Amino acid sequence: MRIDVKNLTRVFGDFYALRDVDLSVKSGELVALLGPSGSGKTTLLRIIAGLDWADSGDIQFNGVSTSGRPVGDRQVGFVFQHYALFRHMTVYENVAFGLRVRPRQQRLPEPVIRERVNRLLQLVQIDWLADRMPAQLSGGQRQRVALARALAIEPSVLLLDEPFGALDAKVRKELRRWLRRLHEQLGMTSVFVTHDQEEALELADRVVVMNKGRIEQIDTPAQLYDTPATPFVSGFLGDNNALDCHVAAGSVLLPGIDTTALERVEVPNGPARLYARPHDIAVVPDAEGEATIRFVSTVGAFVRLEAELPDGRIVELTRTREEQNEDPLAIGVRVGLRLYRAQVFAA
Amino acid sequence: MNALFSIAADQRREIVSARRKTGRAALIAIALAFLGLFVVLPLLLVFLQAFAHGWEAYVEALTEPDAVSAIQLTLITAVISVPLNMVFGLVASWAITKFEFRGKSFLITLIDLPFSVSPVISGLVFVLMFGLQGWLGPWLRDNDLQIIFAVPGIVLATVFVTFPFVARELIPIMQEQGTLEEEAAFTLNASGLQTFWYVTLPNVKWALLYGVLLCNARAMGEFGAVSVVSGHVRGLTNTMPLHVEILYNEYNFVAAFAVASLLAMLAIITLALKTLLEWKLSRDRAPDSAPAGD
Repeated sequence: MRIDVKNLTRVFGDFYALRDVDLSVKSGELVALLGPSGSGKTTLLRIIAGLDWADSGDIQFNGVSTSGRPVGDRQVGFVFQHYALFRHMTVYENVAFGLRVRPRQQRLPEPVIRERVNRLLQLVQIDWLADRMPAQLSGGQRQRVALARALAIEPSVLLLDEPFGALDAKVRKELRRWLRRLHEQLGMTSVFVTHDQEEALELADRVVVMNKGRIEQIDTPAQLYDTPATPFVSGFLGDNNALDCHVAAGSVLLPGIDTTALERVEVPNGPARLYARPHDIAVVPDAEGEATIRFVSTVGAFVRLEAELPDGRIVELTRTREEQNEDPLAIGVRVGLRLYRAQVFAA
Repeated sequence: MNALFSIAADQRREIVSARRKTGRAALIAIALAFLGLFVVLPLLLVFLQAFAHGWEAYVEALTEPDAVSAIQLTLITAVISVPLNMVFGLVASWAITKFEFRGKSFLITLIDLPFSVSPVISGLVFVLMFGLQGWLGPWLRDNDLQIIFAVPGIVLATVFVTFPFVARELIPIMQEQGTLEEEAAFTLNASGLQTFWYVTLPNVKWALLYGVLLCNARAMGEFGAVSVVSGHVRGLTNTMPLHVEILYNEYNFVAAFAVASLLAMLAIITLALKTLLEWKLSRDRAPDSAPAGD
């Protein structure tokens, strides 16, 4: 199912939770809503689900407006942040709930319900927990129950609110991979909310970056990372050096860094702000260099360094381990910095 | 040297723990003595007095027509007012905890009103409203309806005095449970009624029973408000507590204590059920947060 969000605004008192939000999710797509807390991402998800409503604007499913249609009518599966399992029902009954509350004419016979619930429990790999109560499950298991319960009504859209937020790091990674596979297997349009950029970039086909009730950028993870459209996205996604600089006739002036390799920037002359990824800055030992190495960490796949510019500003850098082995840079060494790629915004 | 020190330390520890033990024993003794003096002894006396003239006198006191009528009236009052207040309590706490609306805190204050007003005043208010000289008195008389000094008045007064019990039990637990499970039910296409019946109600059933139990105990035992509106007509508008008072004032101690013993037994049963329910309740409230992770 295709979802179109049109001009959506939601106000709580005098706080704009959402302001003129436009978004299209293609059928079968897996989209992440990413943003800091208070950015409106959960509000947007809840409005799509019908759990909250917009003050203006519209949401269309396959081109048909959903306004006035009750929550259950939308064929939306919703997975809550803290799962919201029915605490007095077994895992089996939790999953069967959506099938049991159907109007009598549409209700499936008991054997069919049993078959479907068991199939779902197998799909989420917890069929052996069918008789447990939610309180007896671990976080990851609850997450799977919540998912099976949402899938039981055969939704055409799956919405997940911080699906991995309450899990520890290891389980989170495992479940993330598993959810990705499940999405490929079921091919359902899915939207999930997260404040964890790694999660969004790894899992989603496209990522919607939100800030203060507005959408900053909608792009594939690679595009987002390589060409952030706004200063907010540049600062929010991944490691970035934010440096004040000067633009003159399309070229960037940044004392202490060689910027001649940069493409011309479309920014008016005057003060500007530059965002450069650590791996987009080349570092070469140079006794005449203007920068000085102040910090070196060799933990991990890459070597992380910090260099100090003549004016005292610190720039983060990375090198491969091979580069560091061949030509070690130690604290106090003078180096030259050369910038290959950066995003520049008018200040 | 070290050994000496350690002996001293051991001794000191022993002295401290001995002191602690005596302190604890003293506290327990005081609590028990207090309970014995003010709860167990009076309760025992009620039964002793009731059986002072033997089993037959006891049975006779309970089967005499006025006593039977008082017992019946008490049961009728409870049968009407408890379900009413159960429904009211459920509706009120559902509204207060699951929805946002203006005047919510005012509603909560109103629910507490019967707790903060003397029962006698509550009774008087009903007399002022429905009594012959009261606000609705002339209209009631013209339509041949009697509320004060009749069963409807007793029921009204009882409903008023007992209506906070269920709501007061439900509001905190419903607040704690929040609305997430209800929202989950909505997304699964359950109707409002289904959500209430299959999700909300089972989550609060022990709290509800607990509230109903307390409500019932008070409905059967209420004296002040009922006394004002009843008129003490023997065999007609006497509830058990009122009957006990009348018998006592007539120096008919055996009969008075026999009826009182029924109320005392109600209290004991209530207490036992209450303990059981509290245990069940503690399981309902048990936090839903097992350690995260597989």
